Amino acid sequence: MGVITEYIIPRIITYLAVIFIGITICFVLPRLTPLDPVLLAINRFTEYGQYYDPESLEKMVETMKELYGLKGSILEQYVNFLRRAFTGDFGPSLVNFPIPATYLLSKALPWTIGLLSLSTVVSWVVGNFIGGVAGYFSEKRWAKTLSVFATSVYPVPYYIMALLLMILLTYMIPIFPTYGATSLQPSLSLAFISDYFYHAALPTVSLILVGYGWWFLSIRNIVLHTRQEGYVHYAQIMGLPKRTVLLRYVIRNSLLPQVTGLSIALGGIFSGALITEAVFSYPGVGYLLLSSVTNGDFNLMMAIVTYSILAVATSTLILDLVYPLIDPRIRYK
Amino acid sequence: MSSRIKHYINRFEIFLRHRTSITISFTMVMAILVLGFVVSNFAPFDPRRWNVVPRDQPPSQKYLLGTTTLGQDVFWLLTYSIRNSIILGVVGSVVGLAIGGLLGLIAGYKGGLTEKIILVFADTFIVIPGLPILILLSTMVKKQLNMVLLGLIIASLTWGMPVRNVRSMVLSLREREFTYTSLFSGFKIFNVILSEYTPHILPWVAASFISRINMAIGMEVTLAVFGLSSLGEATLGTMIYWALQYQSVLRGLWWWIFAPVGTVVFIVLSFYMLSGGVAEYLNPRTRLYRIVTKEEVEESE
Repeated sequence: MGVITEYIIPRIITYLAVIFIGITICFVLPRLTPLDPVLLAINRFTEYGQYYDPESLEKMVETMKELYGLKGSILEQYVNFLRRAFTGDFGPSLVNFPIPATYLLSKALPWTIGLLSLSTVVSWVVGNFIGGVAGYFSEKRWAKTLSVFATSVYPVPYYIMALLLMILLTYMIPIFPTYGATSLQPSLSLAFISDYFYHAALPTVSLILVGYGWWFLSIRNIVLHTRQEGYVHYAQIMGLPKRTVLLRYVIRNSLLPQVTGLSIALGGIFSGALITEAVFSYPGVGYLLLSSVTNGDFNLMMAIVTYSILAVATSTLILDLVYPLIDPRIRYK
Repeated sequence: MSSRIKHYINRFEIFLRHRTSITISFTMVMAILVLGFVVSNFAPFDPRRWNVVPRDQPPSQKYLLGTTTLGQDVFWLLTYSIRNSIILGVVGSVVGLAIGGLLGLIAGYKGGLTEKIILVFADTFIVIPGLPILILLSTMVKKQLNMVLLGLIIASLTWGMPVRNVRSMVLSLREREFTYTSLFSGFKIFNVILSEYTPHILPWVAASFISRINMAIGMEVTLAVFGLSSLGEATLGTMIYWALQYQSVLRGLWWWIFAPVGTVVFIVLSFYMLSGGVAEYLNPRTRLYRIVTKEEVEESE
């Protein structure tokens, strides 16, 4: 019972608050600015020289207002907005006119999830393992070299890292494709799968590199403290094999804060994936966001921002709810 | 008076010589600042203007870092960009840190409902993916965007983490013995915070001030990719944006793209190194250790 009231319920409250505040921000921001999305859209239609008579233009404005949820008082609009957010109705995309924004988003989402889950898992596992070992043997020369590498990779912004890799490995040494996610139709064949990984390799590597630096440095710091704990000394004196001490005593106990770290970092990782997709023209959410911004596709932008918040908050919640299963201090309460 | 100045210079020298990494990164940061704030004033023309120099010239004695397709001198443009990016970074860093630090202080001291409300908001801003909101926000104010506004926008999205950090520091400091000693001896709580807590919080403030400049610069660069930075102004991000817009990589104009990219990497690495060094140097524990060992050395002499 203690776990539920002390751990799980506060997490769920935070989750609801995050979604609520996030969606409210999405609602408030556009209304604070002088930009009128309806006027922008009408301008888009009329700028190609087509003539509309005033009456039908008036009707169009009315329909637009309804599509954008700009009808009625602020409170009505807000309730409407919440309802739309939860039913997934953001109106049609402006650029691909009759297609709903959510449909475009659902097309892009699998690519992002694939890229993101692969790179996050790999960088977390590899970074934590290597960082843990390097922290335990911190006096060794190779450990110092590794941490210099991590120190010089970690602070570089995602975008710059992706750009450098792209210039290096697609233009100067052209071994990877410059853009896109596949050149074949999606199927379960071996050719498609290898093609997928061939295209995903560079974006994934750039995400892994930046993530690796962070996990390496943070677990190294934790391990430097953990290895001086009494129980580690005791295990060493007891004559346990070095590997057991390292894996079971030092790294295992240092991993717990890293799980919390992952749930805090998820938002940043997600943003990083968006940037990477934009750089490599990878057809995920990031690329969609880029095109929605450059085309002024307001509905699509709102859908992406709202669902990004929902997705990241939900994954954080899941991670937080799994956490008690691994942390013995909470598990045995 | 002069002895005081001498004293400070002396201490500064000790700081610089504390670690080779500090000496190196401090020199690097100074080079960046001189380039951005001193050298940029000697530009023979406004580097942002187009068609003032011949196009697409590779680096030479006349054009140190070559010229762009838009007819701009890359070197002078770069000095302007460094200045703007640093201004933006400092604004974003200071404001975000001040808001977050203040709220963290309040949360730590007041406790109760105030603390809970502040924490829920802070957690929200920690968890929310910042980039999409940043993009939404910049799209809205694209027309009026300038360096200070950009810094403020970045600050408004990144104040969450300092709240958590400062709060946990206050919670631990509040229970220390010296807090009670000072309070019972009649010190005002404000004075305790000012004189007793500052040495403990200072290393964190200094280090995160520097590393947050990095974060803000990185965010601006990212926004520029989306064409959302203030494109008429010269920043590191917009330089990259224009270089990519004109296909500088494909056309072999490597100096145009590598100048800003290399500068970002250089800035970010030197600031990161300096922030680590400052944190380690100012940490009361290592400082105490230094004072003790120094005294021992002096005694043995």
